[in-house]
Amino acid sequence: MQVPILKQGAYLIATVQSALTDEDLKQLRDTLVMQVSKVRARAVIVDVTALDVIDSFATRTLRDVAHMIRLRGAETVIVGIQPEVAFSMVKLGLSLEGVTTSLDLEEGLAYLDRKGKAHDQEVRTHR
Amino acid sequence: MRVSIDSDSDVVAARQKGRELASQCGFPSTDTAVVATAISELARNIVRYAVRGEITLRLVQNNGKRGIEVVASDDGPGIPDIGLAMQDGYSTSGGLGLGLPGTRRLMDDFEITSDFGKGTVVTVRRWRR
Amino acid sequence: MNGNQDVATATQGRLETTASRMRELVAHLRHQRAHLREEWARLITEAKLLTAMTREELFAEATSVYDNYVEALETGTYEALQAYARNLSERIIPRGVETHEVVGIVLLLRDVLARSLFATYHEDFNKLNRMLDAYEPAANRIAATVAVGFVQERERIIREQQEAIRELSTPVLQVRERLLILPIIGVIDPQRARQLTEQLLRGIRTNRAKVVVLDITGVPYIDSPVANHLVQTVEAARLLGAIVIVTGLSPEIAQTLVNIGVDLGKMNTVGDLQGGIEEAERLLGYKVVLMQEPVAHSA
Repeated sequence: MQVPILKQGAYLIATVQSALTDEDLKQLRDTLVMQVSKVRARAVIVDVTALDVIDSFATRTLRDVAHMIRLRGAETVIVGIQPEVAFSMVKLGLSLEGVTTSLDLEEGLAYLDRKGKAHDQEVRTHR
Repeated sequence: MRVSIDSDSDVVAARQKGRELASQCGFPSTDTAVVATAISELARNIVRYAVRGEITLRLVQNNGKRGIEVVASDDGPGIPDIGLAMQDGYSTSGGLGLGLPGTRRLMDDFEITSDFGKGTVVTVRRWRR
Repeated sequence: MNGNQDVATATQGRLETTASRMRELVAHLRHQRAHLREEWARLITEAKLLTAMTREELFAEATSVYDNYVEALETGTYEALQAYARNLSERIIPRGVETHEVVGIVLLLRDVLARSLFATYHEDFNKLNRMLDAYEPAANRIAATVAVGFVQERERIIREQQEAIRELSTPVLQVRERLLILPIIGVIDPQRARQLTEQLLRGIRTNRAKVVVLDITGVPYIDSPVANHLVQTVEAARLLGAIVIVTGLSPEIAQTLVNIGVDLGKMNTVGDLQGGIEEAERLLGYKVVLMQEPVAHSA
């Protein structure tokens, strides 16, 4: 199951369309990491609105994605976790600690834009 | 309802079925997600450690309470030390472990029998309030 | 001659199975349907049961119950009957029909049918006994199934009402854009805790809230499982991109949280609701502006 990845400005947006198998998750991880370097994206947004289950493997993979992408100098934002899914994750004892999460794509983009502006401001001040 | 677990995609199929069954039983969406997640964990264990097994789903009743039962059984190598496996963070393959303690947190009832070389059977249940 | 006939009848009795008796019984009940149904309806009215229904409704329901009853006897399975019983209950409970009425009418039907067997087979005592042997256990099971179905439906309705009441007692208030307040009053039992979580998380989604102030000033104490649940709720809220500020934490509840291993330093807590709202506004980027000019000091 291919996850469509679009480039929007300096960001890559991966939108999950349906349930993903463990293999699909691994593929997504590898593709994103590769794409980030290739297009020099500043950040990656993974939209998981369509995921009705996020279990231990999915959580670990998402954490790996964020970690590997950070090593390439970019940020990851996970958006669209459903309320029931969030609760199950927490009950299972999983944490996406260290990974930024936003309500949905709109919020995710707003967060990145704000962060981007603040960063640019900082760079300018230091010149 | 039986789902045989041979591969990755069976994990997804098993949890869809679980979700449907829970929904039919009248569970609210929070509970169906919890059940589906537990099934995902159990089914994955089968694929990872036992290669083949099956997940049996059924609706159960107890004193007027309705619930859903998931039995994950396999002919795998079995778990030599269940106590150890039930500890958070324990893993033989460097991963997140068997997810068993987590699964126990998700469900109301949790039973496990496993013998080295004889396979594993995990039975979990969630009841409707 | 008579002796031989008796032996023949006895043999025939042993060869007859319960199944064939049941078939004969069912055929008899179907044949007598119109008459027995009327008899039953008459008895119901006489006993002043189901007074909440009109004659037409009563007759229509009586017909359904009769047919379902006979079918249960015929198939020997009770799922369809159970489903019908719950369906019937769902319809009549809002009309104010009570348990004793439902049990009453089913027992009346059982008696009407039993008496019909007596009337039909009274000349052959052995045959009558065999028919009753086949009929009675099934009839009792039917009565139990219908009664249980009714009670279960009733309990389900009560649970739904309780749920609705609980929902009313846990309002989710949107005071500003992106800011929700959940004031909790009273004791939080596990059920209420679950409902709280659902409302909080759903509220975040619906109102696109970035900050939620969970005020537990009005909560005297919580036990460990509920405390655990609350902590999980706060974590789940973060996954939805929202921050939860807990206000009104009493020393007792703070202790409970510490006891279950919560690092209060990591949790966003503020003393009171007012402070919580201010903190929330700060987080959201609202500035609090003084409307008065400060008094100038003399040099």
